[in-house]
Amino acid sequence: MSDMVSETAERLFSAPRTDDGEGGLSQAFWAQISDAGLPLGLLDESAGGFGLTAREALSIARIAAAHAAKAPAAETMLANWILANAGLDLAEGPATIAFGLTLGKDLKLSGELQRVPWGRDAASIVLLTQDRKVIHLSGGWECRHGLNLADEPRDDLIVDCTLRPGRAADANFDPKTYLALCAMLRVASISGAAQAALGLTVTYANDRVQFGKPIGKNQAIQQNLAIMATQVAAACAAADMVAAAFPPHAANEAIFQTIAAAAKLRAGEAAGICASIAHQVHGAIGFTHEYQLHPLTKRLWSWRDEFGSENHWAEEIADAFFSEGDVTPWDFLTRQD
Amino acid sequence: MNQTTFEPAPSTSQFASLRKEVRDFLEETLGKHYPAAEQARSWTGLDTGFSRKLGARGWLGMTLPRKYGGHQRTALERYVVVEELLAAGAPVAAHWIADRQSAPLLLHYGTEQQRIDILPRIAAGECYFCIGMSEPNSGSDLAAATTRAETIDSGYLVNGTKLWTTNGHAAHYMTLFCRTSKAEDRRGGMSQLLVDMTTPGISVNPIIDLAGEHHFNDVRFDNVVLPSTALLGQEGDGWKQVMGELAFERSGPERFLSSFALLAELIRVVSAAPDRHSRRAVGRLLSHLMVLRHMSRSVAGMLERGENPSLQATIVKDLGAVLEQEIPEIARSVAPVEAEQGSTAPYASTFARTLLAAPSFSLRGGTREILRGIIARSLDLR
Repeated sequence: MSDMVSETAERLFSAPRTDDGEGGLSQAFWAQISDAGLPLGLLDESAGGFGLTAREALSIARIAAAHAAKAPAAETMLANWILANAGLDLAEGPATIAFGLTLGKDLKLSGELQRVPWGRDAASIVLLTQDRKVIHLSGGWECRHGLNLADEPRDDLIVDCTLRPGRAADANFDPKTYLALCAMLRVASISGAAQAALGLTVTYANDRVQFGKPIGKNQAIQQNLAIMATQVAAACAAADMVAAAFPPHAANEAIFQTIAAAAKLRAGEAAGICASIAHQVHGAIGFTHEYQLHPLTKRLWSWRDEFGSENHWAEEIADAFFSEGDVTPWDFLTRQD
Repeated sequence: MNQTTFEPAPSTSQFASLRKEVRDFLEETLGKHYPAAEQARSWTGLDTGFSRKLGARGWLGMTLPRKYGGHQRTALERYVVVEELLAAGAPVAAHWIADRQSAPLLLHYGTEQQRIDILPRIAAGECYFCIGMSEPNSGSDLAAATTRAETIDSGYLVNGTKLWTTNGHAAHYMTLFCRTSKAEDRRGGMSQLLVDMTTPGISVNPIIDLAGEHHFNDVRFDNVVLPSTALLGQEGDGWKQVMGELAFERSGPERFLSSFALLAELIRVVSAAPDRHSRRAVGRLLSHLMVLRHMSRSVAGMLERGENPSLQATIVKDLGAVLEQEIPEIARSVAPVEAEQGSTAPYASTFARTLLAAPSFSLRGGTREILRGIIARSLDLR
């Protein structure tokens, strides 16, 4: 099954596309993603999924990232998992996740949601409100366009609507767990983009000739690429680590938060180092708009800051650790298995 | 292009009771308040009494077959025991090399008689090994080794000098890497010999390190006669065998836990009122350790399945050494203190010991540059 999913994702996301607009999602592209069932990847079979492991499902996000795909495949996959978990209807198309607002009397909802991934293209928004509700929104917002560095939509949504009945449920988890789940997506994506950047950079180092030999024959370049490879390995391990802790449940919620936090921190750090080395090795060509390194490195730079930067998660982990008082650092580390 | 992948790490949660047993044993044996500066010796602290107790508990030679005194436990169970010992800073140096790499080497390449004679003593914590690899003119360039073993009627005649031989003064045996014949390929003609350190003609001379401690030695071979049964594996296969051994040497949690005692001490010092700077530092270091543990357990899983994890081990060792060396630098920025060897203040003395040991973290077991060269080769760059 896992091979099938990876192969499908690889085929889908690697195909050259001419219908990419500036920022927005191609409907034709989404139809292919949807027809392949990828938005259901994280769901249990009982909820309409295919019984993939989390690692297998998250490989969809990894592969999409490796090809700098312009589609909210990862977001929709998680949005559907949250909806299914809360007992709400699944998304009706591309979906995204947002945090904020409070459900008012008579199911009224209003206010602004900032920098929502793919907000302009979302048919469904999974909203985690401050009063701990999970809400399935499928309309009732206006969109103010924004972009991350990689031109992925990060839109502000001005919500003003009355919910249809049956569209809200009590959250199963602490709000931090939802943020941790989103961070998990970005870890998988960072690992994929970093892997792809390493591949591109090694190929370039072997092809580019200076001083009569490929630049990759120089020890200085080799040592930097080796550092990059170790960082890619760490990012991939971080992705595996959090995938192994998925799904969170009542008994392991705090541990899931910590693992996702550590994974996001580690992958975020790797992202910066990988982008830096990839550009250094590529020289001027990698600095051009034409050469296709920047779609990867811009994603790395954006994703490390989305859903919690390294500092954010470092403080969260430290707070989790220090708040327990009598737990030793080693206990804290070993109980995360 | 190749990219080295790590398989998902096996969980150790099924070994929770083993973990607990080790912790209880450590508390009982080392005391509830084993000094942090002693813990900071990490795996260089030598205590033969402790090694014997560990053997008596069945925590040495864990993966060896029972008929050789082993316990036929899994690589993952051994991993749990080893990481608990390291995290506690237990004095494991005496048996460390024997348990980690010499026992697997003998199991693989030793004669039946050698296995019967030696493996049970390793498992009992009574028999210790050193590794004869480096020489005065052969460090990172291992193939430049010039120690020679000539074939004579009764076996081998060995001459040469080994250098930086950790615990050569405490070891019963050395696994000697030396030249047994001329070969066109400079990696050819090398063999591994099992050397009883009491053999006449061997002299062991201490080399004191910059901290004033005696861990390594120079070991001289002056017309040392070894029996033909000293040969481990095949004559001329020494290079291949040693490379295989390095997978064990580089793969363990000792490659990222060397500064753990200082981190624990730092956390103790700041825990009363952790400010934002210290919270960020502690959160970051714990995250790095969590991911390194994940990678290290993945390597243990490969060993368990009989796969060769040498590349993965190389990556973990390189990342681990970077972190180990960062910890003292971060410590001094979070909780400034003047390092003092032997200070009665635990943090200052632990800091001193870790800082003075830190240069070795990216030298021993393969320098950082050599490791990165190996990684670069795996990327098809060389």
